[in-house]
Parts: sequence; C-alpha cells; structure tokens
Amino acid sequence: MLHLKETELCLGLPGGGCEVVETNSKVTGKRGYLETVDLMLNLQPNDQQSSSSTDHLNDNKLQHSTKNKDLIKPPAKAQVVGWPPVRNYRKNVMAQKSNNEETEKVVAATTGGTVAAFVKVSMDGAPYLRKVDLKLYKSYQQLSDALAKMFSSFTMGEYASQGMIDFMNDSKLMDLLNSSEYVPSYEDKDGDWMLVGDVPWEMFVDSCKRMRIMKGSDAIGLAPRAMEKCKNRC
Amino acid sequence: MSKNSTSIAGSGPGSGTGDYFTPYPDEVLENVLENVLVFLKTRRDRNAVSLVCKSWYRAEAYTRSDLFIGNCYAVSPQRVLNRFKRIRSVSLKGKPRFADFSLVPADWGAHFTPWASAMASGYRALEKIYLKRMSVTDDDLAMIAHSFANLKELVLVCCDGFGTGGLSVIVSQCRNLRVLELNEDEVSDDEIDWISCFPSEGTSNLESLCFDCVECAINFDALERLVARSPLLKKLRLNRYVSIGQLYRLTLRAPQLTHLGTGSFGQFEGDNQELDSRASFAACKSVVCLSGFREIAPEYLPMIYPVCANLTSLNLSYANINAEQLKPVIRQCHKLQVFWALDSIGDEGLEAVADTCKDLRELRIFPLNPSENAEGLVSEVGLLAISIGCRKLESILYFCQRMTNAAVVAMSENCPNIIVFRLCIIGRYRPDRITGQPMDEGFGAIVKNCKKLTRLAISGLLTDQAFSYIGQYGKLVRTLSVAFNGDSDTGLKYILEGCVSLQKLEIRDSPFGDMGLQSGLHHFYNMRFVWLSSCRVTRQGCLDIATRLPKLVVEVFRRDEEEGGERDDFVETLYMYRSLDGPRADAPQFVKIL
Repeated sequence: MLHLKETELCLGLPGGGCEVVETNSKVTGKRGYLETVDLMLNLQPNDQQSSSSTDHLNDNKLQHSTKNKDLIKPPAKAQVVGWPPVRNYRKNVMAQKSNNEETEKVVAATTGGTVAAFVKVSMDGAPYLRKVDLKLYKSYQQLSDALAKMFSSFTMGEYASQGMIDFMNDSKLMDLLNSSEYVPSYEDKDGDWMLVGDVPWEMFVDSCKRMRIMKGSDAIGLAPRAMEKCKNRC
Repeated sequence: MSKNSTSIAGSGPGSGTGDYFTPYPDEVLENVLENVLVFLKTRRDRNAVSLVCKSWYRAEAYTRSDLFIGNCYAVSPQRVLNRFKRIRSVSLKGKPRFADFSLVPADWGAHFTPWASAMASGYRALEKIYLKRMSVTDDDLAMIAHSFANLKELVLVCCDGFGTGGLSVIVSQCRNLRVLELNEDEVSDDEIDWISCFPSEGTSNLESLCFDCVECAINFDALERLVARSPLLKKLRLNRYVSIGQLYRLTLRAPQLTHLGTGSFGQFEGDNQELDSRASFAACKSVVCLSGFREIAPEYLPMIYPVCANLTSLNLSYANINAEQLKPVIRQCHKLQVFWALDSIGDEGLEAVADTCKDLRELRIFPLNPSENAEGLVSEVGLLAISIGCRKLESILYFCQRMTNAAVVAMSENCPNIIVFRLCIIGRYRPDRITGQPMDEGFGAIVKNCKKLTRLAISGLLTDQAFSYIGQYGKLVRTLSVAFNGDSDTGLKYILEGCVSLQKLEIRDSPFGDMGLQSGLHHFYNMRFVWLSSCRVTRQGCLDIATRLPKLVVEVFRRDEEEGGERDDFVETLYMYRSLDGPRADAPQFVKIL
C-alpha cells in the first residue's frame, strides 16, 4: 500500500527530519502552518535548552493552550526525540494497536535524516530476501555493485560484471533477456513489474516498491512494456 | 567433571564434532586448579582468580566456559579467542541503551558478523549465544547454523538486521536447538514460513520458543504440530497473530508449560472458532509466568483465573485495561513477584496490587500515552500505595506525569531493599506537584536509604543538590540515567567524584560541559561507557579527554548522521568507552573518533 504521506513535503528545522513521537502518526507527519510558525517562535535562546530538544509539535491544541504547568524552564511544548524513554519497540506496538494497521518496519529505523527507502529484494533461487535502502545509492551502478555483493554467494553470472542493462541497445537487451543470466526487475507505484534501469535514477528510487532478480528468460514478458514506457519518456 | 570428558579426539576447525581438544600442560598445579576452577561460575570470581599469577591466569583461561562481553567494542574477537579456548556460552552486548530511543543512527555499528566469523573457527563447541542490541544479519544466522553443531540456545534481545529467512535457516539446521528466544527484536518479514522449517519428524527437544516480537503471521497448524511433539517445552511466547481460540488449543497440547505468552488474547475477524465461554486455561497447572495480551479482549480475562494463584510473574503491559478489569485478576495473584502493566490501571489499580501482592519484587508501569501533554493516569498516590503494601520491592520502573517528594521519600523508607529505582516524570522539568519544590529531596532519600541501590534513573526538576546527594550516598550505583536535569558542571562533578562504583553513565540534554567531564578522568577507564548527548561538551573538551586517556575510544557523532558531530558549539553526542584494541575499524563516516 502506498503511503502518500511519505512523499509529502515536510517543513522542518535544519538538520532535523520530521520526527513524530505521537503514537497516532507515521514518521513523516505533516505539520500545519500554524504549528510551524509557533515552533519558530518558541525557540528561545536559553542556557539550559539545547537546540535538539524542539523538533516536532504534537497537536494544534497545544499552541493555544494557556495551561501553565508551573514550569520554571521555558514551556516549550514540543515533543522531543526519544522522550519519554519508552522503547521504540513498545511505541510501535502501541501505535499499531491504536491505528489497527501495520506500520512499516522502516519507521522504527528512521534516524531523523532523510527517510530511508527500504525495499525488499528477492532473487529467484536464493533462500531469503534482502532489504536495501535505495537512498544509500546515487546511481544504478552503485546499486548494481551493492546487489552483486549481497547476492554474490548465489550465482549472478554475467550480471555481476555487466551492471546496468543498456536500454539503448535493443539487440543487446534481447540477447540478455534470452539468456539464463539474471536481470533485476522492480515493481513500481502502479503495480507494474519493470526492468531496472529504464527511468532516471531519482524517478526509480521514488517509484520502486520492491525488486526481484530473475532469470533473463523469465523477464522477457517485461521487456516490451519496459521498452514502450522508455520510448514514451525519451 | 573430570578432564577426560572433554579430551575427545578431533582437532580444531573443520572437525565438526562440536567439541574441544586442548593439550594440557603437564603440571600438577594446573590440574588441581582446573578441577577447582570448574566450580567457579561468576565472572567476578573468575576475573579475580585470573589476576593471582600467570599460571592461575592460564588455568582460568582454560576452564572458563561462559564469556560475557558488556561492550562489543571493548575488545576484539581475536583477542578473546586467543585467551579463552573452551568457551561454550557467549553473551555479547552492542549498542548503547539510548539506541532504543532513536538516539543512535541506524548504521552506527555493533555488527555481529566479525564475532560470528571468529567464533565459527575458534569455538566449534559453542552451545549458547546471547546477543543484546547487536546488528545481526541473515548471513550471520546462516553462519551460526552451519558452524555450531552443538548449538542449544539462541537468545536475541533488541537486535535487528535479520528476518524470518534467517530464522528458517536456524531452525532447520540446528538440530540440537532447545531454546530460541526473540525478545523485542526487529524482525523483517521475508515471507517465509519459518515455523514449518523445524524438523518435522520425531520428538523435538525444544524447551523454549519465544517469538512474540515477530511481526508476521505464522503457520498455525505447523506450530500446533511442533508443540504437540515437544514434550519438554516449558516456555512458549506467541505473537499477536495467534488468536485466543488458537491459544486455547495450544494450551491443551502443552499442559506442562511454565511460561506462556498469550499472543493477541483476542478474537480475529472471520475466526470461525467461537471460544466456549466456560473454556479456561485450567489445563495449564504449571504456568507461573504469563505475558502477551497484545490485542486483549478484556471479556476473556476470566480465562486466566485458574492460573492466577500460581503466578509469580504477570505482564499486562500491552493491555489497555482499567482498574475494574484488573481487580478480579490481581486479587487472586497472591504469589506475584513481578508485575508489568500500563498506567491505564490507574492509582486505583495500583492500590489493588498493593493490597494483594505482598511478595512483589519488581513493578513496571508504562505510559499508555507517552506524551508530555497526556493526562496522568498514575501519580504519587499509586506510588505511595505500593510502597506501603509491597515492602519487599526491589526494582521499580514508574512512568507518571506528576510526583511528590513525599511519596518518593516514603518509598525509600518503606522499601529498603530497592536495588533498581527508575522514576520517569514524563513532563520535563516538573517540580513536586504539591510543594513546587525541585525533586531533589525525593531522590536524595532514595540514595540515602536504599543502601543496596545499584541502578538509578532520575527525572523531574532537579538542581545540583540532587547530584550532590547521589555522589555522596550512591556508593554502589553502577548505572545512572540523567535527562533534562541539573544546573551546572558541578552536578556532573559530584557524580564522577562520588559514585565510585559507576560503570554506565548516560546523560542527555543537561547543562554539563567540559569542566564537569574532566572530573571523571580518574575513573573513565573503569567504566563500561559514558554517554552524553545534547549537553555542553565541546569538541576540544572531548579531544582533551581522548589525549589524556589514550585507551579510551572517544566517539563523537550527530543523530542525523551529518559529519563532524557538532551542533552549533557543542558536540551532539559523545560516546566513550575503554578498548583494549584501539578504535574500531567499522565506524561509519559520520562517527568521528578522536
């Protein structure tokens, strides 16, 4: 299921991502304008307060609440990362109970930088899946190298040395697809299975939901559609 | 245990027989020592023995079978393998505890792989592996499965990096596996039916199977068959994908269970198995430890009545139930020693616990809503009630929104056996609710009156006075957690100069800087680690420490993985620990080692 919220823009402090501590939201919770304005105003330079302690606001209600909690320190009501010290594991379990839907595993792993883009990668014949974070790589070549390393214990054959499929070269492509070598395919946002390499890297990272490394001969069915989509874009 | 029992032929790596062969030096003294040393189990005793002289050191190294490494970076695998030759059980801990609260970036480290590879060749007879906060991959699990023919126990706590794929390799290949416990791990769903991968023929030796943290559906029929052919199974902790009807069926198959994790404890949609309202867990006459209740349907609670009288441990900390729902249960738990719950039970629920559970040793109350702006469901009232009713209390973790010094002082006086005191007032900088005073006196009383105290976590509005008390009286304190407390460097100075037993110090968001840190120079080598995040230590200050203490690994980093580790003028996170083998080679780019 596609989580649209993850692709929404999110306002945040420099160096900090959108961190949500509130149990009802996913990691990339969107803040309303009012909350952001108040966030900026609430940041008061103060000896005791460090800049990392105000990262995300909880609720619109807070901003207008005049309840004084007898604080001696500045009453910044922002939620703080890792506070209160309830383990992520427990927070996730409680969040699931209230949402009644499965949270992505990646939620617990987010550190506050760019949200990771973990996708499952399976390879035909391998005993178990891998997970890769596409955000770690800047190009198909890098991804290809990483995958080759990951799955090197299983036969990769030509793919390992070849790298990215050359889409401009139709005959080379057809050769590859006719062989028993492995090619990587991926499922995109629309649920279609495509050959990896057909779109610009950034577009691929955004639309890839999962990957499957399959034998070239099995991937034949993908080729025409892949080439068509490719031709439409070029 | 005679030495002959371990001198089985078959040497070194590749033998696969799963046992050791070490040539003994021909010395009477060593023979005697070895036969005596066999009886020494605790690592404290063994460490003491090893310091006596060289031959005792060697003898101890030959006979130590349990290895405990509290910080995986304190020593290299190779050094360990060079010293200890006949290890049968390994305990390894990795990431600092604040990793549980998102304060450590995901790629920071604590990889199990180098340990797995080293032990695969050096410790062929390994039987038990216990890992906490380590990154374990599926490949590591595969290596474990292939290398240790004798593996009997695998316990993973707060680990991540692996999935059900790795589990399937373990359960299918480790033929001697008796214990598989997964505790609060992050396990990825590789869409593999790992339960079916247990050997399907014959009786299984399984004694403990705990997978409550595995977040994916399991093949129930395979599980039921597995349980049915495991007559030695004592501990079974199910995940939330097991319904109450299925749970009931399992209890009929395994009446010998002593530890039961109930899974969801609720009905699933479309579950065509209507549970008979008269059904209960009466079959489980031996259950002493009950947990789970992940998606509890409270109307089914009466099912556990028959086992309440025998319970010594009850974990309802994932069950949102109120006092009225708790009371009929807790009233029957006269033998209860360990109780975990959500604050949804309220002060009234705590009073019920205090009324009945006179033998209570450990209490943990977690917040249903972990937000600073939530309504407080438990308070000083509940704490006071517990202190009056449960005099034998030894360990408490209590989350609340408000507290008073009086209640904490009362607990210090009523419960002198307290060893672990962790009070978390969720609202930061909150003073005593009634007097408006800082919480100094309350925590001061705890360190003063609880003479066995070894672990302390403080919260609320605290001045340097509180730290003065802790330094003055906390002579046995080994672990101290500080967050949003204190006034100045003096606070840290009190701690570092006063707490002579301090091993683990974790501090966040407190106004402690370079001067305070300097006061610990005499002690840092004796500690397992020091963590300071969002405090006021500068890079220069950290560099000073690193220069003066060359064996200390001083790591500096930022949570968001920006390089350099500094945020404005201060270091965002300082994590330092002594290492025998210098700085680690696997530090990621954003971790700066000074």
